[in-house]
Parts: sequence; C-alpha cells; structure tokens
Amino acid sequence: MSLFDILAILGKVAFVLAVVLGSVPLIVWFERRGSAWIQGRVGPNRVGPFGLFQPFVDVVKFATKENFVPRDSSKVYYHLAPALAVVAPLAAFAVIPFGSQIIVMGQAIQLQITQLDIGILAILAFAGLEIYPVMLAGWSSNNKYGVFGALRGSSQMMSYEIAFGLSLASMLLVYGTFDLNEMVRYQQNTFFGFLPKWGILLNPLSFLIFLIAIFVETNRLPFDLPEGDSELVAGYHIEYGATKFMMFFFAEYVAMIMASSVLVTLFLGGYATLPGVGLLIHTLGISLDLTSDNQQNLLALGQVTSFIFKVALIMIFYVWVRWTLPRFRFDQLMNLGWKILFPLSLINLMFVASFLAWIGG
Amino acid sequence: MAKVVSRKESFWDRFYIPALLIGLSVTLKHFFRSLVLGKTKTIQYPEVKREYSQRFRGRHFISIDQNKIENCTSCYLCQTVCPAECITIVAEERDPAQNPYGVAKEKKPLSFDIDALRCCFCGMCEEACPKDAIKLSRDYELATLNRDEAMYDLNYLKREVKGRG
Ligand code: SF4
Ligand code: SF4
Repeated sequence: MSLFDILAILGKVAFVLAVVLGSVPLIVWFERRGSAWIQGRVGPNRVGPFGLFQPFVDVVKFATKENFVPRDSSKVYYHLAPALAVVAPLAAFAVIPFGSQIIVMGQAIQLQITQLDIGILAILAFAGLEIYPVMLAGWSSNNKYGVFGALRGSSQMMSYEIAFGLSLASMLLVYGTFDLNEMVRYQQNTFFGFLPKWGILLNPLSFLIFLIAIFVETNRLPFDLPEGDSELVAGYHIEYGATKFMMFFFAEYVAMIMASSVLVTLFLGGYATLPGVGLLIHTLGISLDLTSDNQQNLLALGQVTSFIFKVALIMIFYVWVRWTLPRFRFDQLMNLGWKILFPLSLINLMFVASFLAWIGG
Repeated sequence: MAKVVSRKESFWDRFYIPALLIGLSVTLKHFFRSLVLGKTKTIQYPEVKREYSQRFRGRHFISIDQNKIENCTSCYLCQTVCPAECITIVAEERDPAQNPYGVAKEKKPLSFDIDALRCCFCGMCEEACPKDAIKLSRDYELATLNRDEAMYDLNYLKREVKGRG
C-alpha cells in the first residue's frame, strides 16, 4: 500500500466522520424545531441564528454535568454500553459507497472507505451489534426500568431482524450481488430510458417492509418501546447521565443516518444522481471545457450531494413520522412483526425468486 | 352492564397504512402552517407578556389615598382570615394632632408584613378587608433571588399600582 492510498483512506474516513458527526446536531436541531412546528410551537430559537447553536450548547451542558455511576451497577458493562452504541453504527459506514470515484493526480479513488465484496453482510453484522448496547446498558445499570427496556429492546430488534433480513434478501436476488457498489451501478440503469431502475420501483413491498424494520431497529417512534418515556421513564439508558447519556443520544442519530444510508443505497439508487441532474452535470462539464478527469470529479461531487440529499430526505421523514404516530403497544408491535411483516416478506421473497427464475430460465 | 363495542375495521385498516397517511398529511399541514404562515401558539415570554384577566390574583399591594396614606386601619381582619397565616400586622394609633381623617383612620399599621412564600394567593384577605386596602395585583412575576425579597413590608406594599396592575 503506497502512501497515496493511506492518505486517500484517511481522507475518506475524515470526510465520512465529519459529515456524519457534523450532521447529528443539525438533525437534533431539526427534530426539535420540526416537532415544534408540527405542534404549533416555535421551538428553541434563542441560541444563534434560528436556534442553530442549541445542540452545541446542549453538548456543553451534558459535558459539564456530574459523572454519575450507580453504586450497584456492573461497572465494566455499564461503561462499555455507550461506547459500543456509538461504535457499531459508525463502523458500518465503512462499507457504504457515497460516490463513484474521484481522480486525484491521475489516480482513481473509490468513494467508499473499504471496498468489501460482502458489503451488505458487514452492514447486517454491525446492525446486529446494535442490540448489545441496549442489553448491556439495561442489565448492568441494575434498575427495573432499565431491565424492562432492555428486554423489550432485544425482543423487538430480534423479531424485526427477520423481516429486515428477508426483505434485504429479496433485493439481493434482484441485484444478484452482495457488493453495494454493484447495486448502485445496477440502479443507474433506466426503464424505458427515463425512469430510473431504483429498488423502490423494482420491489416496492420490500421497500415498505425495510422502512418499517429500520424504524424498529433504530428504536424510533412509533416503535420506541425500549425507551418509552411515559412507561419506562427512559428505558435502558435511565441510569445514564452527562456524557454517557449524550453518547446514547448521539448513537441513536448515527444509527438513524446509517439505516437511512443503507435504505438509500438499496432502494433509492444510492449515489446515483436524481433523474436529469446527471445530464445537467454532463453539459456543465462540457461547457466549462473541463478535462475528463475533472468531469468525473464534478460528477462525483454531484453524486455525493445527491446521496446526502436523499439521506436527508429520509431523516426528515423519520422526524415527520416520529411526531405523527403514537407509540405501539407491545403486543401490537409483536403482531405486526410476526403475523404481518414476517409472512409478507417471506411471500415477497418467494415471489421475487420465482419471478426471477421464470424470466431468467 | 358492560357493552361490547365492536370497532369496524375494514381490510385495509388492518395494515395501518391508510390511517398512517392521513396522520402524516395532518402533521405536514401543521408543519407548514407554523413554518410558513407563522401561526404558532407560543408567546415569546420575556419580550411579549401574557395579558391575564382582571380577576387574576398576583402580588399584593395596599391601596393608598390621595395623600399617599395607606387605607389600612389595622383591623386585623385579613390577618385573621388568612388560611396560610402569612400576614403579620402590628397596629399603632395615628397621632391625633395631625390626623386629617378624624375617626375614619384612627388606627394605622406600624408594620404590615406578608410572607409571599407562604401565601397561596387565595384572595381571602382582599375579600375580608372592609377598607379595600389590601389587594392582589395582576403582577405574576414573583421570582426573587433570595427569601428576604419575598417578605413584603409596608413600604413595599404601599407602592403605587394603577388599577390592578
Ligand atoms: S391571598 Fe390568601 S394566603 Fe395570601 S395573604 Fe391573602 S388571605 Fe393570606
Ligand atoms: S388590610 Fe384591610 S383587612 Fe387588613 S388590617 Fe388593614 S384594613 Fe383590616
């Protein structure tokens, strides 16, 4: 590995971290002001323009609070849980492609931190890890509400992992690859020359199931039973305060961004530019008389922007849904998971498989 | 007797999707109404203050006459009726040599203390007062930096309050 490669990877890591971590305060801000707007309030508008600095002030507040550890907790797991909560979703970003490639000094750089052939499986593995912080935090803090939250969290994540996996499997059949880059390249094709071949159009049912499943996986309302403020006070992170709570809070949003990135990659064309924008970039590149390298760079810029744009739309949808729906009851949640989504995704998988076998053979 | 109410759920209702879309459209409407039209219920408190009704019971004051002499005659009715026992009055005779009011105001309070921390703002003192002396204003910003400031003495209670404040 040459020095150039190492620098390129470090640059990509820094870029992804900066974008992900930098967008969390923005999303938190939007969540608070968005909820206010939905409820006919104004929301935090005092700190900085439009209240944009509110999350930063909150960070300072959390950081200066007392670092409390409950006496009868298991100290190791208690401290491990918030760290794991942040690390697991962040690690999954390593395999998500956020652009095709840029060309620097004649060398192509893939806009993806690691090019794994089994990318989607790595994401599944890291998504699976997200259960551990919930269980560790709930159990180790030695609190009834914490344990309840952990039990609910682990059972709901387990149940929905199935629907999640099956809807994913049907998409794998459609694309015929585990490689996320390949999937995006497939989605850049078009039907009849104008409609993009995005996963959502190929397999809308799968998209719906996946969308519901990621809401459950990230413990967002209407499926926030592990936290359930009105029933469990704060659920699994009830005994966490100050910086440790902030890490859970952060992790929730990082996990949301991660889940939306996967959703966008699988179903919304990933970094493929929106219809028409590609042509625009092409004409712009030609009219500015750029070299072919720079044209590719311009295209990559457009792709990264479209990727971020699509993820942002999903995040807005997350907030929108959160302030619309009430929380599910636990039996309703389990019914939905096992009696509706599981059979539905299974049927969907069978249908896709037989359809592909039919047109393939 | 308990009556069983059966909710009619159509086939589609069981997927939650139609109801969900209706809910989403409602919140979207409200979102844009607050964001674009600015129709919010929030009062930007320190700059804008809520106008309370004339009957609001806030910080006490003692009404004064045209000579800036308090109307209170230390009859102790308010101290007696106060359920929180937060009024402490010490009475005194007004110097007969310089008393323009004659029998109307023979007595006056030497000191008149109200412990606002104990007060429950029931307004009984106001109702009991035969002289309409003690009153509750509409001032609701009662926060103080220390406990002493919440003890209202005669001097403070005699402050000029227009109408009901
Ligand atoms: S408002 Fe009620 S509690 Fe307060 S001083 Fe008057 S009588 Fe006492
Ligand atoms: S304030 Fe009114 S009720 Fe109280 S002592 Fe004075 S005159 Fe009597």
